[in-house]
Amino acid sequence: MSESKRTTGTDRVKRGLAEMLRGGVIMDVVNAEQAKVAEDAGAVAVMALERVPADIRRDGGVSRMSDPALIEAIRGTVTIPVMAKCRIGHFVEAQVLESLGVDFVDESEVLTPADEAHHVDKWAFTIPFVCGATNLGEALRRISEGAAMIRSKGEAGTGNVVEAVRHLRSIVGDIRALGSADDAEVYAWAKRLQAPIDLVQEVRASGQLPVPLFCAGGIATPADAALAMQLGAQAVFVGSGIFKSEDPARFGRAIVEATTHHRDPQIIAKVSRGLGAAMKGADVATLDQRLAERGW
Amino acid sequence: MPPATIGVLALQGDVREHVAALRALGADALEVRTPADLERVDALVLPGGESTAVSLLLASSGLRQPLEARLEAGMPAFGTCAGMILLAREVLDGRADQQSLAAIDLTVRRNAFGPQAASFEADLDVAGVTGGPLHAVFIRAPVVEKAGDAVEVLGEVDGHPVVARQGKILVCAFHPELAGDLRLHELFLQEV
Repeated sequence: MSESKRTTGTDRVKRGLAEMLRGGVIMDVVNAEQAKVAEDAGAVAVMALERVPADIRRDGGVSRMSDPALIEAIRGTVTIPVMAKCRIGHFVEAQVLESLGVDFVDESEVLTPADEAHHVDKWAFTIPFVCGATNLGEALRRISEGAAMIRSKGEAGTGNVVEAVRHLRSIVGDIRALGSADDAEVYAWAKRLQAPIDLVQEVRASGQLPVPLFCAGGIATPADAALAMQLGAQAVFVGSGIFKSEDPARFGRAIVEATTHHRDPQIIAKVSRGLGAAMKGADVATLDQRLAERGW
Repeated sequence: MPPATIGVLALQGDVREHVAALRALGADALEVRTPADLERVDALVLPGGESTAVSLLLASSGLRQPLEARLEAGMPAFGTCAGMILLAREVLDGRADQQSLAAIDLTVRRNAFGPQAASFEADLDVAGVTGGPLHAVFIRAPVVEKAGDAVEVLGEVDGHPVVARQGKILVCAFHPELAGDLRLHELFLQEV
């Protein structure tokens, strides 16, 4: 019995971790105690950050990568993968996160962008990246830069699922429409999407993104999570929705069960019964700042 | 006799890759989320994913007891990565309350290679698999620390078993379903 040389950081290894998270819930946590609650509730990964998006919105100011001590404390508490956010284009924050042993980097519009023209060159890293997208062109541009997972952006910190639904429908709807394009039309699609032709052709042929598509930004209830899944997301990120609810442990668990059983309304009803108040949430029309508009 | 139906435990993880692998080999594959689904299958694949989350979902879905009973009664099963952890007798570096199905006499260590940066691909010789080494994708993978006498070790990394078999239970620490190499699935289907 023998083994050949090991190769790390390949596409297959990066996208493979994203595949393993499918059907699961990734929960935002701001300290080790919350990380434990998330793991106990059945999270497949935690996103370590200093403030959940709802608080980032409330507090204002520049929002940056979390303190390494916080990330290390969370890594030391849970056995599931730990993700952390860097600012759009801030490749040094990403280098620091990789050196800390983070499993996945989220190059996130929830933080204040560091570069107005360039996203991080994600091919340069051994660990995988997830990026947000509001439409198919944006998703393919991020994949062309090396993203191993796409999440629809939604509008983080609102507890309002309307933007997540808009972005998911846009991405999934365009994938469907692209599938019926002929050999000549595909070039016009690439132009319209402002995306590399080879990726556009790959999506047309396979009927899906080359990497897993998850949903983020506004999921606050078990039914919201199941809605995202039925619309074509393969897993969900829940940010403020769990720890801004009345009973985070129960909410987390209920969202996990609803994500797995997203096509079974009886189970969604069962886990939603007597759950207490969801996060209060915000009407998107009243927001001063749309985080989804960050990135391009 | 009608052809066998192979279930894929579909609570969380890379379910569709296993369903595709089984169908490519001509098997009748069914996603299993409920006790009623489990009753319809003759064998079960436990896919990759997060073993802690799947373990909780086994309980909340009412699947744990019927699954234990089926395994006890000799149902063939194939576990990859998290699936291997779930089938093992003992789990190290897991959660204190993590319950395994104890269908194969192994002590496994979760996430034995370190964080995602250490996840890797390699070619691996596996006993009983002909036609050259298997291409193996290890993602935050477990290894076997201790194997009971009844366990047959089929492949190793760093002296730790990563492919093993006991009766009709087959496990591996990596993801054959991601590499497009279906020979371990074939080996499993021979047992069904």
